[in-house]
Amino acid sequence: MPAVTLRDIAYRYGDREAIRGLSLDVEAGESFALLGPNGSGKTTLFPLLSTLAPKQRGEAAVFCADLRTQADAVRAVLGVVFQAPSLDKRLSVAENLLCHGRLYGLGGADLRSRVTEMLGRLGLGDRAGEAVETLSGGLRRRVELAKGLLHRPRLLVLDEPSTGLDPAARSDLWRYLQQVQQEQGVTVIATTHILEEAERADRIAIMHEGRLAALDTPANLQASVGGDAITIRTADPAGMVADINARWPGADAAMVDGAVRLEQENGAEWAPRLFAEFNGRIDELTIGKPTLEDVFIARTGHRFFGSQPEGAA
Amino acid sequence: MSTNAGVAADDAERVADKAAQPSGVASSQPHRGTAVPAAPVIATLAWRELARFFRQRNRVIGAFVQPVLFWLLFSSALGVEGAAGYTRFFPGTLAMIILFTAIFATISIIEDRNEGFLQGVLVAPIPRWAMVLGKVVGGASIAMIQAGVFLVLGWVTLADVAPTPLGAAAAVLLSACLAVALTGLGFLIAWRMDSTQGFHAIMSVFLLPMWFLSTAFFPQESGGVVGAVVHANPLSFAVAGLRHNLQPGDAVAGLPPYAACWAVTLAFAAMMLAACWWIAGTRSRGDFVS
Repeated sequence: MPAVTLRDIAYRYGDREAIRGLSLDVEAGESFALLGPNGSGKTTLFPLLSTLAPKQRGEAAVFCADLRTQADAVRAVLGVVFQAPSLDKRLSVAENLLCHGRLYGLGGADLRSRVTEMLGRLGLGDRAGEAVETLSGGLRRRVELAKGLLHRPRLLVLDEPSTGLDPAARSDLWRYLQQVQQEQGVTVIATTHILEEAERADRIAIMHEGRLAALDTPANLQASVGGDAITIRTADPAGMVADINARWPGADAAMVDGAVRLEQENGAEWAPRLFAEFNGRIDELTIGKPTLEDVFIARTGHRFFGSQPEGAA
Repeated sequence: MSTNAGVAADDAERVADKAAQPSGVASSQPHRGTAVPAAPVIATLAWRELARFFRQRNRVIGAFVQPVLFWLLFSSALGVEGAAGYTRFFPGTLAMIILFTAIFATISIIEDRNEGFLQGVLVAPIPRWAMVLGKVVGGASIAMIQAGVFLVLGWVTLADVAPTPLGAAAAVLLSACLAVALTGLGFLIAWRMDSTQGFHAIMSVFLLPMWFLSTAFFPQESGGVVGAVVHANPLSFAVAGLRHNLQPGDAVAGLPPYAACWAVTLAFAAMMLAACWWIAGTRSRGDFVS
C-alpha cells in the first residue's frame, strides 16, 4: 500500500498555476524528498499534504484515505513538521508536547512516558521545563520534530526541515530521520530546496514549474545524466558553444547561465582537446561527476537557482 | 510505480477500481484511530488559554485592576448625594467587563495563527467543534475571573447590589453564558483576521457601539432608532437579566421578563457557537503559515 498517492493534482492562485497535473506515489517506509527551487510548486503541495489547504483538482490519498473526504483518518496517521514554528512559546517544552499528545488522543502515564522518551531521544531531556521562548532556533526545531513524532505517525511530512539549522544540526536531523524510518518504518516526506539534503532521501521528486521533472533514486538520477559534466567559463560563451558544436557534431554543448556546458562519457579526454582547440579563450574549465543540479539542468534546461522570477513561491 | 511513465497504466487500473471504490485512490474502508475523545481536547486547549493568561503578568494585573477600578468608581459615586442612579450601571459595567475581556481573549486566535500554533491544531485529528469549545471555554473563563472579582466587590460593599445567594448564583451563570456568547463572537471576528490591528478596528466600530446601544447604558424605555437597536441587542437582555438577579425591587420595572433574558442569552451563546463551528470548518490558504 503506498503511503501517498497523488493523481493529477492541480492548484492555482488566480491566474497562476502553482501545480499543473502532478501525479506520484510515495511507497510506505521510504524517505522521499520533494526537491525544487522556490516557485516550483513544492511549497504549494505541502499544505495539501498536511490537510490544511483543499486541493482544487485531482485525487490525493494517504494510506488509501482520501485527503479531503477522510481528513480525520489522514490526520490520525500524519505527523507534520512545519517550516514556520508551531510551538506555543509561553509553554514549556514538556507542556507543548503534552498539549500535542492530548490532541492525538493520548493521555495519562502513557503520554508522560512518551514525552520523556521523545525528549531523551532528541537530547532535550534537560530542557523539558524550559519555556520554548528561551530556546535557540536549533533546539526549537528539535522540539518541533519531537512534536511531529510524539503520536507515532505512519507518515511524517516536513517542510524545509533544515531551515535555520547549521550544517551539523542538519546532519543530525537527517540521521535521526533515517533512524525513525528504519526502526519504526515511518514514511518520511520532506520538501527542500537544498540539493545536498535531497541526496539523503531514498527517492527524489524534482519539481519544476508545478510539474514533476524527474523522480528516481539519487544514484539513478545522477547516472541518468551520464558521464561527466564539463563547464567552461569564457568571455563569449555563445560563440564557443557554436564553435564546439561545429568542430565536434554531437558534442551537444549548450549555454547554461552564462557558461558553456557539455556532458561527455570521458571528461578527462575532452579537457586537452578543448584546451588545444580554444587555447586562450578558456578562463576556467571544470569537470565533475553529475550532481543533482546537473540533473535539474538536464531535465529542465534551467539552473536550479534563478530558474523562477522572484516572489513566485 | 516510481516514474511518471507508470502513471498512465496506473490510471487505467484506477478507473477500473472506481466502480468498487467511489473515492478513487482512497479506499472506503473505515480507518482505525480516527476518533479522538473531545473532552480532553477541550480541557487542554482551555487550560492553555488560562496558562498563557497567568504567565503574562501585565494581563493578570490588568484583569484584576480593571474591576477594582470600576468598583472604586461606583462606591465613591455612591457617597455623593443623589448619585444613587450610578448603581444602575453596575450590571451594565459587569457586562462591559465580560464583553471586553472575552473578546480580547479571542485576539489570541490571531496570535495563534501568526505564531503557527494554530496550524498544529488544525492538522490534529480532532473535531473542529472541540477546538472551538476549547478556545471559547478558555476565553470565557478568563472573562469570568474578572467578572467574579467585580461581582464579589459589588455584592460585599454596595448597598444597592443586594442579591439573594440564589440570585448571585444565577447572575454568575448568566454571566458565564454571556461570556461564552461574547467569546464566540470574538472568535467569529478573529478567525479570518491576520492582524490584531484589524481586530481593534472592528472593536471600535462594532463592539463598543454594541455595549453603548444596550440597556447597560440606555434605559429600556428609549424610543426611536436607538430604542429599536437597544431592544434588539442581545446584550440588553443579558444586562436586564443581571438586573433581575442583582437589583431586585424597583430597578426591574419595565425590563423584559426574566425568562426572556435567559432565553435570548442562551440563544445568543448557542448561535455564536454554531457560527464558530461553521467558520472553523472552512479551510483557506491562511491556515498555513509559510
